[in-house]
Amino acid sequence: MSTETAINIDREKGNFSYDTQYEYDAGIGLNEGVVNYIADVKSEPDWVRKFRLKALKVFWSKPMPTHWATKDLENIHFDKFRYYLSKGQQPSRSWDDVPADVKETFERLGIPEQERAFLAGVEAQFDSEAAYSNMKEELSKEGVIFVGSTEGLKEHPEIFRKYFGKVIPIGDNKFSALNSAVFSGGSFIYVPPGVKVKQPLQAYFRINAENFAQFERTLIIADEGAEVTYMEGCTAPKFETTTLHSAVVELVALKGAKIQYITVQNWSANVFNLVTKRGLAGEDSEIKWIDCNIGSRLTMKYPGVILKGRRARGEVISIALAGDGQHQDTGAKMIHAADETTSNIIAKSISVGQGRSTYRGQVYIPKHLKGCRNNTECDALLINSNSRTDTYPAITVRGNNNSVQHEASVSKVSAEQIFYLMQRGLSEGEAMSLTVNGFINDLVKQFPMEYSVELKRLIDLEMEGSVG
Amino acid sequence: MQSMITVKSDSEFLSEAVFDHFLTRHSELPQWLVKLKQQNWVDYLALPAPSRKMETWRFANVKGLGVDTFRLAQPLAVEEGQSLIERSNRLKNTSGKLIFGNDDLLAEEELSEDLKAKGVIFEPLERAFAQHSEILEEFFMAQESALGSEKFAALHTALNRNGTLLFVPENVEIDLPLVSYHWAQGSESAVFPHTLVIAKDNSKVTFVDVYGAHEKDSSQLACGVSTLYAGPGAQVEYHYLQNWNEASLSFNQLTTIAQRDSNIRAFGLNIGSKHARNEGHTIIDGPGSNAELFSLTVAHKDQEIDQRTLQSHNAANARSNLLFKNALQDTSKTIFSGLIKVAEEAQQTDAYQTNRNLLLSPLAEANSLPGLEILANDVKCSHGAATGQIDDNELFYLLSRGISKPAAQILLVFAFFEEILEKMENEELAEFHRELIHQKLENN
Repeated sequence: MSTETAINIDREKGNFSYDTQYEYDAGIGLNEGVVNYIADVKSEPDWVRKFRLKALKVFWSKPMPTHWATKDLENIHFDKFRYYLSKGQQPSRSWDDVPADVKETFERLGIPEQERAFLAGVEAQFDSEAAYSNMKEELSKEGVIFVGSTEGLKEHPEIFRKYFGKVIPIGDNKFSALNSAVFSGGSFIYVPPGVKVKQPLQAYFRINAENFAQFERTLIIADEGAEVTYMEGCTAPKFETTTLHSAVVELVALKGAKIQYITVQNWSANVFNLVTKRGLAGEDSEIKWIDCNIGSRLTMKYPGVILKGRRARGEVISIALAGDGQHQDTGAKMIHAADETTSNIIAKSISVGQGRSTYRGQVYIPKHLKGCRNNTECDALLINSNSRTDTYPAITVRGNNNSVQHEASVSKVSAEQIFYLMQRGLSEGEAMSLTVNGFINDLVKQFPMEYSVELKRLIDLEMEGSVG
Repeated sequence: MQSMITVKSDSEFLSEAVFDHFLTRHSELPQWLVKLKQQNWVDYLALPAPSRKMETWRFANVKGLGVDTFRLAQPLAVEEGQSLIERSNRLKNTSGKLIFGNDDLLAEEELSEDLKAKGVIFEPLERAFAQHSEILEEFFMAQESALGSEKFAALHTALNRNGTLLFVPENVEIDLPLVSYHWAQGSESAVFPHTLVIAKDNSKVTFVDVYGAHEKDSSQLACGVSTLYAGPGAQVEYHYLQNWNEASLSFNQLTTIAQRDSNIRAFGLNIGSKHARNEGHTIIDGPGSNAELFSLTVAHKDQEIDQRTLQSHNAANARSNLLFKNALQDTSKTIFSGLIKVAEEAQQTDAYQTNRNLLLSPLAEANSLPGLEILANDVKCSHGAATGQIDDNELFYLLSRGISKPAAQILLVFAFFEEILEKMENEELAEFHRELIHQKLENN
């Protein structure tokens, strides 16, 4: 009986909002005026404005991808969103300078404690702009850049312009075009050659206003031999109306570099979360996406790696939990473009109640390549008799001495497993949690400690109410 | 009759005028069928041509799929027919045989009196439309396309005029296979072979379709549909040997309906066609049924073999298992797109799907789209796809024993295929598959 409230407490962690007075507001709806307004407010260079306007045209010209994706996309009404809201243009460097209501928001979500605890740097985005951004001093001395996208394009164009929009071009898909037109916020990170950032950098994304659509843009460049881990978390309050979050994240790992990108997505159930994420991996480099989707109404996200340099390695580790009314449509893309490149995809999903989880994958090995390897595993666990799971991989292989293997399985928690645990003295709910946690345990271990503990607890809470 | 010897007129090309021409030529068809054909011709013209944007045609080369340049196949010359009849004797131990050339019946070996007395029907459609109209009215083209070829199913329905009706009454078991040969002849000829197998309760039957061409290099269109009904407790085995010539375009849609406790085994072999598109829909409608679906493909040169499958589990406690194996040479391309759909009420389903591709050339391309849509939770479902090359160690071992490289490769392809070939219980049929595979690999 306590389970109901328990679930609510956790899911509700981000469910609060403040009446905030915004200094900058682009109004409701999308048109060239909105795009120009954003470019004006940010006093962006001309090439960025042109990039935005071009992207808007591409966005309008592209159809919704409902010929393969869910029809639920038709419930997104682009003319009802607010595309830009902010309290100011400069993120605060000191926690004390953050406006009181914004500060309270992030303190309730635990941002400053996390920074003190173990992060090398943090950026917190409140609606359109970063409210707070800080990085440990030693890192800036070593030449690490960790700023918002606005700042990055303005102050370091020589670094960021070269790769901005190159890994994910404007026309990659309808939502990458939309992001390119109205992006604001997100992180720009540059790690100089040979610098290994030991502690993770973190960004926190928060939607506060009703009908507000968030379009952050992140670009991370790890120069030769550099290493960096980046973590992002997302929350939003539960409004009656739907909200859109559509990010574009580009990663560039130069020769021998390593980038690890960790996401724990816990948007509230009114958010359409349509995200494009892709990395470009140079020679001997490694890009790893660790992706966990628990929240949102509909998530469509397929992190990818273009394996462009010899012996590059790409990896996607994905966990999805789809509860009632949720559709987690996630997966991975591995585009092999050089010899001896390897990729690995491990995806596990859990569908509870009427939840639906979908895996979509693409593995592409073109001709003239030698010695490429891919391994894909996707496993789905269905908890209730009305839960649903789908798997749609697409694999193309040509070339010499390349091999791929793909395996997927669907199962339920067997009555024997539960019976065994119960006769050892566990309640049915505990037995269920233990079994489900066991199902994803090998993946959860790859998350940083704080996240994996949180994830386990969340699953415990979900499972307790699901038996029967 | 005079139209048969006149120069082929424009009205025989598969454009708007051909249908009226077809109807006037076949005034003998029953009224219900004429109506059905008329509706389908309208549908055919209205339905969009395949495009790569359609999920069901993903990865396919849709440019080569235009059919307007083909025309209705013409009757064969006597000596051509004779040579084809002689070529239709690979299987000696059969219970019945039909031989079609350009959709005309060339010859037949009738059922034994015993089987006829038991009520078995084995007839070419050209006769069955008149004699067994009531069966055909119920079962002919009663299943809809589910995998993208609606347009070609409509074309088939409008212009089909022959094929096989095989009806096996309750409790009748036929030990030896029945076989139909379908031959195509002539440049730009279009044929529309049809197969309808109805196996009633607790019956048992094996049926074989063999497709081939009279000559090697003239381009033909084959647009076929096959439907198998396995009634409660029935055991149906079906073989599909596709060996059209390598200039041809072929479509085939196979729908199988499995009722309670039925047992289905289907074996496909793809050797021919420049571009072949096969769709296989297996509908599990009854609990306790079991479907085993196998396919072997040898693709070479610039062949494209595009196979799409759907295993629809609508009933509980049933099982289906699919295994498709492709060996690819030269610049050939294969597509395997499979989906297992388990309905909410189909609990205790066991459904498996596996695609294995053996790349024998660095320029060959294997596409694999193994999919699952699961709405029930108490199921065992899995799919797997793997693509790789011949193992160097295995090849080296054979070479070190003095076997030439081409011969070693052939051996290893057979080793790869053996998993399916050994499942065929009828030795003569298994040998037939082996022979066609061997010929193709030797000729490369």
